[in-house]
Amino acid sequence: MVLVYAESQDGKYKKSALEAVTFAKKTAEVLGSACKAVVVGQAEGTASLGKYGASEIIQLNGLDHFDSQTFAKAISKVAQDEGAKVVIVADSSTGKSLLGRLAVRLDAGSVSAVNQIPTADGSVLKVKKNVFSGKAVAEYSIQSDVKVFSLSGNSLKPEETGADAAIREVSAEANSRVNVIEVNKQQGNVAPLPEAELVVSAGRGMKGPENWGIIEELAKELGATTACSRPVADTGWRPHHEHVGQTGVAIKPNLYIAAGISGAIQHLAGVNSSKCIVVINKDPEAPFFKAADYGICADLFEVVPRITEALKKAKG
Amino acid sequence: MKQLVCISKTPETTAKINFKDGNTAFDESGVQFIMNPYDEWYALVRAIELKESLGGTVTVINVGPASNDVVIRKALAIGADEGIRVDAEPKSALYVAKQIAANAEGFDLVYCGKETIDYNGSEVGAMVAEYLDQPFVSFATKLEVEGNSATVTRDIEGGSEISKIDTPFVLSAAKGMAEQRIPNMRGIMMAKKKPLNVVEPVGFDDKVVVSSFTLPDAKTECKMIDPENMDELVRLLQEEAKVL
Ligand SMILES: Cc1cc2nc3c(=O)[nH]c(=O)nc-3n(C[C@H](O)[C@H](O)[C@H](O)COP(=O)(O)OP(=O)(O)OC[C@H]3O[C@@H](n4cnc5c(N)ncnc54)[C@H](O)[C@@H]3O)c2cc1C
Ligand SMILES: Nc1ncnc2c1ncn2[C@@H]1O[C@H](COP(=O)(O)O)[C@@H](O)[C@H]1O
Repeated sequence: MVLVYAESQDGKYKKSALEAVTFAKKTAEVLGSACKAVVVGQAEGTASLGKYGASEIIQLNGLDHFDSQTFAKAISKVAQDEGAKVVIVADSSTGKSLLGRLAVRLDAGSVSAVNQIPTADGSVLKVKKNVFSGKAVAEYSIQSDVKVFSLSGNSLKPEETGADAAIREVSAEANSRVNVIEVNKQQGNVAPLPEAELVVSAGRGMKGPENWGIIEELAKELGATTACSRPVADTGWRPHHEHVGQTGVAIKPNLYIAAGISGAIQHLAGVNSSKCIVVINKDPEAPFFKAADYGICADLFEVVPRITEALKKAKG
Repeated sequence: MKQLVCISKTPETTAKINFKDGNTAFDESGVQFIMNPYDEWYALVRAIELKESLGGTVTVINVGPASNDVVIRKALAIGADEGIRVDAEPKSALYVAKQIAANAEGFDLVYCGKETIDYNGSEVGAMVAEYLDQPFVSFATKLEVEGNSATVTRDIEGGSEISKIDTPFVLSAAKGMAEQRIPNMRGIMMAKKKPLNVVEPVGFDDKVVVSSFTLPDAKTECKMIDPENMDELVRLLQEEAKVL
């Protein structure tokens, strides 16, 4: 049996949760077994997780805020009661802090940020993930009886195939030693960077924070999230949470547009898993062009507004 | 306050990545190694700052071979008081966490980095916390301690969360915790006299092995687009790349 933890936030399932359920179902098919989902608390659309492949949903009640300790205890108990051989979480900040705990509790081999459906070799499962910040791919063999994985975001598309599933409610022990006193969410309705499908990013070529209007307009037209290079965040031109790269956020959107960013290896480390990269740079020798799908060698102050215009035109 | 900082050694960020033994092992020849930036810049420096303001000690621990001693010495030069090296190959996250936990009793705070920049695991911290049966705060960007009560800010998707936790607990450090410190001459000299204890690993059956490495598919040539013709870009993004 494959058990997947479907994470909800503010009473809703995120895309990453639907990806995880789809991935769990496909993993169950490889093993020739069933897939069940475990969720925490009430959220909109719990039963419809069945459509993505869960044959039953176990809803844990009584855990009021996220604490990896109480969550891992409750989820691993479900895994044991159900005899799960594989447990899957999304590679979100929540999933990442659960993965290691689940591995210890279930005496399981673990691999984080897996990006392909596992293959089976007897009771051994093989999975792949990007390592060395995207410069290589490693295949892992997991020999333990129970295995736990986190699924890298945007690795597969959620697939609706089945029907709603039944929900079984189970109470869990709260007892958290972490006391959450404040949660701050960024404003606006664009996706946060780690989950964004479209990203518009800019670097030192922007000359100063006062020039970001053209980047924001392009992002708005696309419905994209904005990002920046490290020196831009370090000098306070842009907020820290926008910093992508080796020491910032690692992202893998469908589209990454980079304006005035040279493409240093530490920057690429965080963005080179993007499906499509567009680079705008006035220097034809900029290293970023080597990692790009589409390049525009010109002054960004002229090109960026033109892209916004072209998008408006295409929309009609 | 007794603090423990877990430090790992990783290839320097610009290192060329090659493999050997039929693509089953990382080829270390010619590669320069550094202390993992998250461990050095954020976890270690914050631990030292807290020691400076609150007193106590900072111990660093590494699971690795004797060649890792340089990294431990660097941590001592930056300001840690003593080092522990568990003399073993760091085979998997679970193996490493088991070794760290075996040496982490009695500490008020255990720090890990957000992730190592080689295998990008982000796994060890939560595992250490589970072995120790302690709370864990991931991706901490701010840490204040008063008596035995800590206030920690951590990154969550699209925002941040602040919580209060009593020590002991484990955290993983992300950008924002502290600023990088460069060791000075005095620190480097003092580091030579600080204790570095080498301990034997505890037995553990590994469950995960890397069976092979591959390089990602080569990128297709970048298509250059006429800067005057952004309609063409939009068309390519829609019809060729299919991302819009
Ligand atoms: C250990 C380590 C970790 C690091 N981690 C990160 C990280 O996580 N993320 C990160 O981004 N960096 C990181 N860096 C820094 C990285 O090495 C680069 O210094 C940084 O990415 C450069 O930022 P940039 O491209 O914005 O600036 P620059 O390198 O200064 O590039 C500016 C670019 O803009 C172009 N330009 C200028 N004017 C225009 C114009 N009018 N129109 C079009 N193009 C123009 C220039 O041709 C140039 O290519 C790290 C460095 C180290 C040592
Ligand atoms: N061999 C090691 N020795 C000591 N600490 C380690 C080792 N490997 C990883 N760590 C710690 O665990 C953190 C996360 O590592 P990882 O889970 O491998 O990404 C690192 O930032 C270190 O703090």
